[in-house]
Amino acid sequence: MLTYVIRRVLIAIPVLFGITIMNFVIINLAPGNPVDMYMTPDTPPELLELRKEQLGLNDPIIVQYFKWLGQLLSGNLGYSFSTSESVGSLIGERLGQTMLLGIAALILGLLIALPIGIMSAVKQNSKFDYLMTGLSFVGTSIPQFFLGLLCIYIFAVQLGWLPVGGTETLGGGGGLGDRLWHMVLPSIALAVGIAGRKVRYIRASMLDVLKQDYLRTARAKGLKEFIVTNKHALRNALIPVITVVGMEIPMLFGGAVIVEQLFQWPGIGQLTIQSILSRDYSTIMGLNLVAAIVVLGANLLTDVFYSVADPRIKYH
Amino acid sequence: MSAVEAPVPVAGGVAIPAQPERSEGAFRQMARRFVKHKMAVVGFVVTSLLILIAIFAPWLSPHSPYAVTAEFSAAPSASHWLGTDQVGRDVLARLIYATRVAVIVGFGTVAIYVTFGTVVGLLSAYLGGWVDMIVMRVTDMFMAFPYMMVILVVVSVLGPTLGTLVLVLALFSWPSIARLVRGSVLTLKQMDYVKAGIALGLSTPRIVFRHILPNALAPIIVNATFGVAAAIMAESGLSFLGMGVQPPTASWGNMLTDAQSISVMTDQPWLWLPPGIMILVTVLAINFVGDGLRDALDPKQ
Repeated sequence: MLTYVIRRVLIAIPVLFGITIMNFVIINLAPGNPVDMYMTPDTPPELLELRKEQLGLNDPIIVQYFKWLGQLLSGNLGYSFSTSESVGSLIGERLGQTMLLGIAALILGLLIALPIGIMSAVKQNSKFDYLMTGLSFVGTSIPQFFLGLLCIYIFAVQLGWLPVGGTETLGGGGGLGDRLWHMVLPSIALAVGIAGRKVRYIRASMLDVLKQDYLRTARAKGLKEFIVTNKHALRNALIPVITVVGMEIPMLFGGAVIVEQLFQWPGIGQLTIQSILSRDYSTIMGLNLVAAIVVLGANLLTDVFYSVADPRIKYH
Repeated sequence: MSAVEAPVPVAGGVAIPAQPERSEGAFRQMARRFVKHKMAVVGFVVTSLLILIAIFAPWLSPHSPYAVTAEFSAAPSASHWLGTDQVGRDVLARLIYATRVAVIVGFGTVAIYVTFGTVVGLLSAYLGGWVDMIVMRVTDMFMAFPYMMVILVVVSVLGPTLGTLVLVLALFSWPSIARLVRGSVLTLKQMDYVKAGIALGLSTPRIVFRHILPNALAPIIVNATFGVAAAIMAESGLSFLGMGVQPPTASWGNMLTDAQSISVMTDQPWLWLPPGIMILVTVLAINFVGDGLRDALDPKQ
């Protein structure tokens, strides 16, 4: 197991280098440069040139890359071109918000998907099964921004039950309840898609397990159907679901961009859009890199959990 | 997903490689299974209608999607069935023309990345060794970036035009198909009929394209179908954020951008509900087709 983890981490290193190179190439394809953002009609060109020199934008690209990489290896993601803040701390203060929303959405999504998936499998080909399978398709097919807009329209504007956005009531002092209240709608906007994808997965996985002999044995022993389904079958049916939960992580980052923008949630999705609009390349590079590392880490964790949960799986 | 499945008839013979007859039999068998999946048939009809709408947009549209009328943000009426937008353009006309964007992005992206990904996957699996190793690490790299986030960055860097949108979506979509193809080719390579082909002295391209590829096709088709829906969804998301298709060109996504203001959301629902519903219906229809194809093409069913 340990050797497997070490090998996976070693494989991840060249991949990470590749990611930094790709990242750098992408950013350097951009026309214009961040200094343009400072420009007003009466800015003297010498001043712009000085600023470019300060930011190191006049160096050859290869030099810029290695400078950035060197800093990166010492744990420095650089400084924002537009606000001069450290990119690391800029991302750090936002990442927590994104993860908070992401984890809430994952939990909510699974809470919706688990009972529906199990019931659909147990009552295969029933009306309930068809309805839920159909609804799961709607869940995966509805764009997050449209769902988010509908949620805002219905629950915030028409009914007035929930806030339209932000993380806490302005000037209201905040408090845990208030914060949770603000998380409800954005979490739902993210969770519906997750639930839709998971329902079909849990259903299929459960159907596979339900056919197996050991369940017949369990019933023959006289165990109640409820125990057979929810204890004996579910445990094995959940194993493949672990991998798919891991696959949701990159999706959550993508969803964050849209949902955070819509709900004014100060996470890294919103930061991405702000950085793009201000051509803040150092922040964009940092964001892409952090996101890629989180995804690689999540993939590794998923595989490790998978082998822990299912001893039949051996990694070499 | 269907309850009872008739035993699969053995089409053609096993011994005689009657190519055309066998593939026709397989196609019919597939079509029969597909038709059993009611939602897939509905999805297929809806998708076909959308393609027709995209093709015949100029004839179907009551107005030009760019023509500015005197009425701004007008409610639905006899002359403007879905009202007009904030600039005074007919919403229905824009909705119809936006179908073109969706169809171009959906099918264009898939055509490019499926072709590229299939070739890469085939080569990677068939050649093996260091080629395979490098290809797999490159796919790792591409797949480590969160899809929406990196596409957003790259599209905004390259400039959001329809062409770059399609290319960038394709650029970050090919690895999944390459891995899929690689996986099935690695399995097929071990099959006796491929070994027989090699023993018979058939050329490598012939084995790869005539013997291996046709048998790896089913998962590719299913993946490609879902890919069309995913590309349309991604485009609408980018356009919604203002980083995809740029106005005045209408896209369902950018038609929803204005609804971020509460006044538009509450006072002019005709501006944002129809395009949102169109995206949902389109993506749903294509996903159902994909599901139907998956059932129809899966020999284990």
